[in-house]
Amino acid sequence: MGHFIDRLTYFSKIDGKFAGGHGITTKENRSWERAYRDRWAHDKIVRSTHGVNCTGSCSWKIYVKNGLVTWETQQTDYPRTRPDMPNHEPRGCSRGASYSWYLYSAARLKFPLVRSRLLKAYRAAKQVHPNPVNAWASIMDDPIKANDYKKMRGLGGFVRGEWDEMNELIAAANIYTVKTYGPDRVVGFSPIPAMSMVSYAAGTRYLSSMGGTCLSFYDWYCDLPPASPQIWGEQTDVPESADWFNSGYIIAWGSNVPQTRTPDAHFFTEVRYKGTKTVSVTPDYSEVAKLTDIWLNPRQGTDAAMAMAMGHVVFKEFHLGKKSEYFEDYIRSYSDMPMLIMMEKEDGYYKPGRTLRASDFTGNLKIKKSDNPDWCPTVYDETSKSVVSPNGTVGSRWGNKGNWNLEAKDRATGKDIWAQLTCIDDRDEVLGVAFPYFANQPHDQKLFNHTDHEDIQVRNVPVRKVTLKGKKTAYVATVYDLMAANYAIDRGLGGDNVAASYDDHVPYTPAWQEAITGVDRAKVIQVAREFAENADKTRGRSMVILGAAINHWYHMDMIYRGIINLLMMCGCIGKSGGGWAHYVGQEKLRPQTGWIPLAFATDWTRPPRQMNSTSYFYNHSNQWRYEKLGVDEILSPLADKEKWADYSLIDCNVRSERMGWLPSSPQFKDNPLGFKAKAGDKDIKQYVVDRIKSGDLEFCCEDPDHENNYPRNMFVWRSNILGSSGKGHEYILKHLLGASNSLMSEDIGETGGAKPSEVKWHDKAVEGKLDLVITLDFRMSTTAVYSDIVLPAATWYEKNDLNTSDMHPFIHPLSRAVDPAWESRSDWDIFKGLSKKFSELCDGHLGVEDDLVSVPILHDTPGEIGQAFGVKDWKKGECEPVPGKTMPNLVPVKRDYPNLHKMFTSVGPLLEKLGNGGKGIGWKTGDEIDLLRGLNKVVREEGISKGQPKLESAIDACEVILSLAPETNGQVAVKAWKALGEFTGREHTHLALPKQDEKIRFRDVQAQPRKIISSPTWSGLEDEHVSYNAGYTNVHELIPWRTLTGRQQFYQDHEWMRDFGETLCVYKPPISTRTINDAIKTRGDSTKQIALNWITPHQKWGIHSTYSDNLLMLTMNRGGPIIWISEIDAAKIDVIDNDWIEVYNVNGAISARAVVSQRVPEGMSMMYHAQEKTMNTPGNEVTGKRGGIHNSVTKAVVKPTHMIGGYAQLSWGFNYYGTVGSNRDEFVIVRKVKKLDWMEEAYEEGQPINIDLGNIDLKLGAAK
Amino acid sequence: MNEFLNTFFFGIFPYLAIGTMIIGSILRYDRDPYSWKADSSQLMSRKGLRLGSNLFHVGIILLFFGHLVGLLTPHWAYEPFMTSGQKQLLAMVAGGIFGSMMLVGLLILIVRRFGNARVSATSSFWDKAILLMLLAQLILGLLTIPQSAKHMDGSSMIELAAWAQKIVTFRGGAAEHILAQNIIFKLHIVLGLTMFLVLPFTRLVHIFSAPIKYLFRTGYQIVRKR
Repeated sequence: MGHFIDRLTYFSKIDGKFAGGHGITTKENRSWERAYRDRWAHDKIVRSTHGVNCTGSCSWKIYVKNGLVTWETQQTDYPRTRPDMPNHEPRGCSRGASYSWYLYSAARLKFPLVRSRLLKAYRAAKQVHPNPVNAWASIMDDPIKANDYKKMRGLGGFVRGEWDEMNELIAAANIYTVKTYGPDRVVGFSPIPAMSMVSYAAGTRYLSSMGGTCLSFYDWYCDLPPASPQIWGEQTDVPESADWFNSGYIIAWGSNVPQTRTPDAHFFTEVRYKGTKTVSVTPDYSEVAKLTDIWLNPRQGTDAAMAMAMGHVVFKEFHLGKKSEYFEDYIRSYSDMPMLIMMEKEDGYYKPGRTLRASDFTGNLKIKKSDNPDWCPTVYDETSKSVVSPNGTVGSRWGNKGNWNLEAKDRATGKDIWAQLTCIDDRDEVLGVAFPYFANQPHDQKLFNHTDHEDIQVRNVPVRKVTLKGKKTAYVATVYDLMAANYAIDRGLGGDNVAASYDDHVPYTPAWQEAITGVDRAKVIQVAREFAENADKTRGRSMVILGAAINHWYHMDMIYRGIINLLMMCGCIGKSGGGWAHYVGQEKLRPQTGWIPLAFATDWTRPPRQMNSTSYFYNHSNQWRYEKLGVDEILSPLADKEKWADYSLIDCNVRSERMGWLPSSPQFKDNPLGFKAKAGDKDIKQYVVDRIKSGDLEFCCEDPDHENNYPRNMFVWRSNILGSSGKGHEYILKHLLGASNSLMSEDIGETGGAKPSEVKWHDKAVEGKLDLVITLDFRMSTTAVYSDIVLPAATWYEKNDLNTSDMHPFIHPLSRAVDPAWESRSDWDIFKGLSKKFSELCDGHLGVEDDLVSVPILHDTPGEIGQAFGVKDWKKGECEPVPGKTMPNLVPVKRDYPNLHKMFTSVGPLLEKLGNGGKGIGWKTGDEIDLLRGLNKVVREEGISKGQPKLESAIDACEVILSLAPETNGQVAVKAWKALGEFTGREHTHLALPKQDEKIRFRDVQAQPRKIISSPTWSGLEDEHVSYNAGYTNVHELIPWRTLTGRQQFYQDHEWMRDFGETLCVYKPPISTRTINDAIKTRGDSTKQIALNWITPHQKWGIHSTYSDNLLMLTMNRGGPIIWISEIDAAKIDVIDNDWIEVYNVNGAISARAVVSQRVPEGMSMMYHAQEKTMNTPGNEVTGKRGGIHNSVTKAVVKPTHMIGGYAQLSWGFNYYGTVGSNRDEFVIVRKVKKLDWMEEAYEEGQPINIDLGNIDLKLGAAK
Repeated sequence: MNEFLNTFFFGIFPYLAIGTMIIGSILRYDRDPYSWKADSSQLMSRKGLRLGSNLFHVGIILLFFGHLVGLLTPHWAYEPFMTSGQKQLLAMVAGGIFGSMMLVGLLILIVRRFGNARVSATSSFWDKAILLMLLAQLILGLLTIPQSAKHMDGSSMIELAAWAQKIVTFRGGAAEHILAQNIIFKLHIVLGLTMFLVLPFTRLVHIFSAPIKYLFRTGYQIVRKR
């Protein structure tokens, strides 16, 4: 009956009573309850995850009802790992749980969007030029037309576009750019392939088969710790979170585990029930601080000082004090501590030089010339009482195969050796050796303390005298003895600048650090002792979890090396429950070697064009023109200042590119497609070398403002490059985009600073370099707002893909729970569609072309032993330009543009012809390609792809990755371990043989996440017995680290490392960025203001910018941009909690609300990074424009030591090494907003793009 | 013509309006139970609600029951206790007091409904229209007080009651009782009936679901057998 009639039960409703009338039984209609049941009913559950950069890789159930995603909950069916280990699940956090909101929200991109002015111009051009490429050319040829839409970037003006027309416009722009300027002017940025590897690969496959540039992310995000490649020749290999549970002592150092590693944090608390002690090191009272037994709070940016003091304690007590036999064995076998370093004579002292090599001796220590004696560092063997070169050095890696291992043997004779750690007992002499000291200069902000020690610290070191080639003699010291002196430990050798007591005020004692960091020395000594004692007793089960907080400083490598030194000295690396746990933004791409051919189209053409983003954006957004940091400020007091006199930071980068260290993009001033024709009969390589040598052909980096030399088309997908990750956001807006910006800095031309010596100066820099910016996203991010075309991408519940993490050993799917909503498409389908249109439109413009790719000297290739002694620049006539040795390699590549689509959609023939591999080893892949022919079926259509495996759908692409990777195909794993065995001369296949028949497919991981298989491209094991831990196979299988010495390196002997004083770890204070004084001068007024250090940690209500515009997260937070400041600082400027404040410096300005909290120490402002500027951001009084994003006040500053290349582990690799975009040394001025302005008025034509620095009347009553 | 209109509005229209109200409400209750609600906007803004809403509701509830009792109580039922004149005076005083309460409350609610951006943006057409109708009706009602004061003998009150009683008892000739009444009374009745008419299409349906029963509920634990 109807609801109404059913209610007419006045007399029969109550059927009975019980419990003395307190309870009643009724017979009423209950159909209303169905509403509640239907609310939680669903049609199906699909497994997916969130392809966001959080390293979570959490398994989620996606609920679908009536064809729509309704909600998600945590999935709990992970495979079990080991007995006694807590479960991994449930994984997931509040952010992931809010994701389904996006799918049908107002923030969702539903249709292709295009800038209306661009679309009008294009349609008008098509009326005149029916060919789309010609139409595009006509717009590009007219600067007025082009500028008309460029200046509107960021100011709205989007209209709905049609897919066909958008594809046509983009392909036409790409073809025009390839044809006119060169394929390397088409560029793409996408980060973290592990988040959704097929989506990443879609874009890079399109770009790579075109010859376009793929940009790195890890270095640019400053998540890349340069210390890792420096020390290990390995980039961010870390333990899985379950390994925390094996630890006995954990220091969370700048890593806010519960907030940023939410799904893993349970291991951190669980292990405490086993008695593990935990320590946190954070300057603010963060979430992790409340979770630990001891909280150490050094002044932000001074962590290296504390680490050095801890190292002082550990080295003194446990090494010199001989407290631990385990430590001594460990450093002898697995570190460069016994390696011999040559002493260089200076006036009054010696300084540490390079490693002593086999080739320094007559007869090369019996090492054959073909076995690279130049690259064989040496030790003193106590057995034979002679200098020998051991197995495992980089020379042995690329020489005769079979003895690249860590067995304690003489490389030349195979005899057992016993490497001497210190020669103090049989020394020849004691020398005064100089060590640089950097913390004696007052910082321009009082926040950072200095001490008044001499900048050259001479300390006594025991040395050995050796006779070299040509009867020359030299003094050598072991790294061990240098370390003791560097830590300033008094060993009874006399001399100054050493400390006998921890209370001596000498760098680097606990008392000294107290003056720098403000942390009580007793606590530092206690933690250092406990950490080492636990490591000694448990054989290495002491761990440091370290994070972005300490890696985002300019001298982050010093902070990291300070900490890693502790771990190495205590024998923790490669030990279960021990080691460094750096979980920042890399998200291990576990099936990497299977993915590379798909992503960079190496199945069709090799090599791809890859570029390091930091140098790229520093260069092309003209941040170098505003550089305020001089090279002389960061040089070592021991360096020859004259040698560096002419160099600015950009000059260092140019030299680096020229010498083949860092990559270039664009590469040469001329279009590389034209070289072959111009070379005629001449060898194309020789032709280019001759032109470069004569100066006729320039590298683009030598004149970045020339119209031939900057990028033209840019793709952004899976990324918010202009917002979250745009260091120097306003510089990018001004120069790359030509958009309205808040930049208030004057360039070197205006300030009259010294111009770069290697770079051509133009008085007026280009504004609006990019002709077309295309962003693929599912939401309207800050980047999308500034783009020309925005393509609606499928969400993480609407596409098939793969996802892996370094936090757990499972491979996980993203699944298409529902079809992409509205007109959205998956990244794979979008780029596939573009490749089709590109192939169609290139007729008459591009055919089969000859390209020439310049490739820097790459790590893990034989080329990495290119430049053994000293730095030689061919341009200065110091050597000949030899491609691949003294300059970038030049590789001719055929580009088949009309067949781009066929190549995109099939697996190419090179895998069968050349095989596959990674990290220096290779194997054949014929069987796997045959398997793919079966799985994906074969292309039947006539043409170049006939007979090849199909690659049509995203699932086809997943199968390619899974079939080719050793991590997901046991058969390949066995092949790979065998290939490694040829180098090491040892048997490793036992690690994979038990899993040989295991083959993980896409449907398998959809059914349940799968544990992956151990592979030699990683240094840990995926095993039934141990948790994944980095360096495990190095220690347990005696596989060398891929460094110069083959061991973990405390010492860096490259010439530039010596010049910048980073041979051994030292404390370097934060740099002065000088961005606030000028700002106060021109922008200050009567308002109270205060200068604070600018810290941008990872947030609680978002993962980077994702979720920061999500209604649910906004509701849990304050609903818009916020900045945390201390109570003390707030009081100084009359700010109370929730007041609107603005922060600014010459880089730009931000408007936000203040969170006033006791948690924050005085002198610090914290803006959780990447709160979208699209959300509730008001105008800014300082600039008169809308407030920016956290990157509006930052600027990238590059560091020369990160540009080193061609030198074993210090060789470039994509996302492996290179300059990094640090941003925490920055200061801002904070003040209260007087009058809040939401700036809701309409755009007026002719509104100024740039801030007029001359006009300082800002409606503020400011001094005019 | 005048007579026809009189018969239509006061003889036929009452049945149309009340019929629509009853049938419409039952249909809505059955077909669209989720729309059966008061649609409170308290989530959007609490400001002014405590005073405005309480004044309004107390006023209108008492006015409603005053009308109900006053119009439908047969003459013989109160004759032993008071004269028509006294009853009219009672109605005028009580109506004046409660009408003023309601007026204050209603004005607060109207200012809030139209003036508060959040509340206004989430309001439907009928949310706003019904408030204006209530205001018009209230003003008309209050205007009847001076009109009644012109003849304190209660004669016109008796006519109106006779009309109402004939309507609810389905007797003919009800409209004739109104023919001679002042235009203010006529407008007041028509507008009142119109509100009955639109009731099922507005939030006014919450009148039927006022949770009064809750005060008298029995049983703290309920076991449903079906």
